[in-house]
Amino acid sequence: MNLGAIDPVLLIASLMVAATPIILAALGELVVEKSGVLNLGVEGMMITGAICGFAVAVETGSPVLGFVLAAMGGAALALIFALLTQYLLSNQVATGLALTLFGLGISAMIGQAYRGVKPPATAKLNLGPLGDIPVLGRMVFSHDWVVYFALVLVAGVWAFLKYTRGGLILRAVGENHDAAHALGYKVVRIRLAAIAFGGACAGMGGAYVSLVRVPQWTDGMTAGAGWIALAIVVFASWRAGRVLLGAYLFGGISVLQLNLQAAGVPVPVEILSMSPFVVTIIVLVFISARQKGAAVAPAALGRIFHASS
Amino acid sequence: MNRRTLLGATAATAILAATGAFAAAHGPLKVGFIYVGPVGDGGWTYEHDQARQKLLAHFGDKIETVYQESVPEGADAERVMTQMALSGVKLIFTTSFGYMDPTINVAAKFPDVKFEHATGYKTADNVAVYSARFYEGRAIQGHIAGRMTKTNKIGYIASFPIPEVIRGINSAFIHAKKVNPDVQFNVIWAYTWFDPAKEADAAKALIEQGADVILQHTDSTAPQAAAQAAGNVITFGQASDMGEYAPSPRVSSIIDNWAPYYIARTQAVIDGTWQSANTWDGIGAGMVGIGEITDAVHEDVKAEALALKDSIASGAYHPFTGPLNKQDGSAWLAEGEVADDGTLAGMDFYVEGVTGTIPN
Repeated sequence: MNLGAIDPVLLIASLMVAATPIILAALGELVVEKSGVLNLGVEGMMITGAICGFAVAVETGSPVLGFVLAAMGGAALALIFALLTQYLLSNQVATGLALTLFGLGISAMIGQAYRGVKPPATAKLNLGPLGDIPVLGRMVFSHDWVVYFALVLVAGVWAFLKYTRGGLILRAVGENHDAAHALGYKVVRIRLAAIAFGGACAGMGGAYVSLVRVPQWTDGMTAGAGWIALAIVVFASWRAGRVLLGAYLFGGISVLQLNLQAAGVPVPVEILSMSPFVVTIIVLVFISARQKGAAVAPAALGRIFHASS
Repeated sequence: MNRRTLLGATAATAILAATGAFAAAHGPLKVGFIYVGPVGDGGWTYEHDQARQKLLAHFGDKIETVYQESVPEGADAERVMTQMALSGVKLIFTTSFGYMDPTINVAAKFPDVKFEHATGYKTADNVAVYSARFYEGRAIQGHIAGRMTKTNKIGYIASFPIPEVIRGINSAFIHAKKVNPDVQFNVIWAYTWFDPAKEADAAKALIEQGADVILQHTDSTAPQAAAQAAGNVITFGQASDMGEYAPSPRVSSIIDNWAPYYIARTQAVIDGTWQSANTWDGIGAGMVGIGEITDAVHEDVKAEALALKDSIASGAYHPFTGPLNKQDGSAWLAEGEVADDGTLAGMDFYVEGVTGTIPN
């Protein structure tokens, strides 16, 4: 056992990378759920984004273009969900699950030509003097642009929901769609926009896995990250800041457990392997427990809206 | 299930089986393959599928092949095998350790279908097992790793704690230690054969802790990509050449060459001479290939590695030759004594000097 071999600076740098796909996907789902829609298709939108981004980055040589198209791919898949649930009034849970299966299938089909291909590298952002700060420079300021984009997005979503008129309208739609409708807000249109945003975020999160974190394409490579994102939204009681905390906890402990194994810590491997799930849930539940439990969920979450009702 | 549906199901099964047999008797021989990963994994499953394609090229119209990829180890595997057997496949290769019990179970239901299970140890009248002596290739990797490492730390991404994987760790360690007494192995158990994100994270964790050589017993090329990004780290192709990462980080590889075996066994079924057997071939028989050692390796080291390869191939040297002790210090092999195949096949202990414990 040699705990000294674990470098905390590198550990934190790795956890920022490991958490980024989950942050993006969870943040998108947060906005969707705040508008009163439950989309369980996050995993499907992520994997679709992963292959769309990968394919476009390989064909054009531009990872940035890959991320843009990944967002569009995720949003396109989400709009199928929106069409089914908002216009055809299908059950959101069943449709979301179907979306995941559909996403896994279609990504495997598109991905057949891209197995064993290397994508163009996403360069680390050069932050000039910031990168030269000892410890902090290596830890926080040595990443690619998507890591910072995700952080900015967290702040953006938080500010949007808390301080803007648009955020207030979105929350109103999610809390009581009939009242919002009576006030003259276009409930379906607002939800459509939220669902598309959620799909775009999930798509980018998926592309981060295939373009940066691994980087290569293989079938089903998001391996459950979408489900983790869904769980984190609930345990974070629909707050952007806590989504960030949850994702960093999960990503951090996932990386830490591998480091502990490599350092030869005498803890059974099975316990280390499940620790990311257990610790993240316990911490977030503990934080949320201080509030009035179920009251924090958007009141209209998962309920079908029709103007006639 | 009431009696009528039971009877109906039995009848349907019988008809399916009968039509299957009919088709097989009058058409080309159908050969099936069950893969644990996607054929595009670039490693283990990729090589099995390459061998399948060579088999098809060799026999042409005389056979047909079917395969199913990414089949989970367990109950799903039994369903896939059953379906294949019902559809008239007469020879089924199940290509992962975890298919062992499913293969035995399904084989008992289809006595006229021949099964070939890779890397297992349970046989039956219609179940043969085959494996390659990957540990011979691991010895060469260990030698190169021991000579090349500057930090004396070698990272090892292990999959599951089964004898095949433990043999690989031991063999690599023995030969690294032989040329570099200060060498230390850090093992991470990934508990997967194939999960690119996890393999990449494991490789990064090992590299961050100072490992400058990464050996992997998982199937994707993700660790190679992680090593390439880190720079100054060398890796070895696993199961397949992984040549797209040559000349560095990938400095050599173990290549599984299953085609000759698949061709021989298929021929035996066609001739009606197939018998259950336990095949375990290595470098000498050509089942284990050593991929090109690149210029990133110093000439002397390369020459030593090739000499080691030749002596293993000719049978002059066995990678597990005494004196060797077990991890707890108890004697295993005396001076000059060679490990027997039974002990190797069931290996569940580390040799002396490896740190850490094997998970249950």
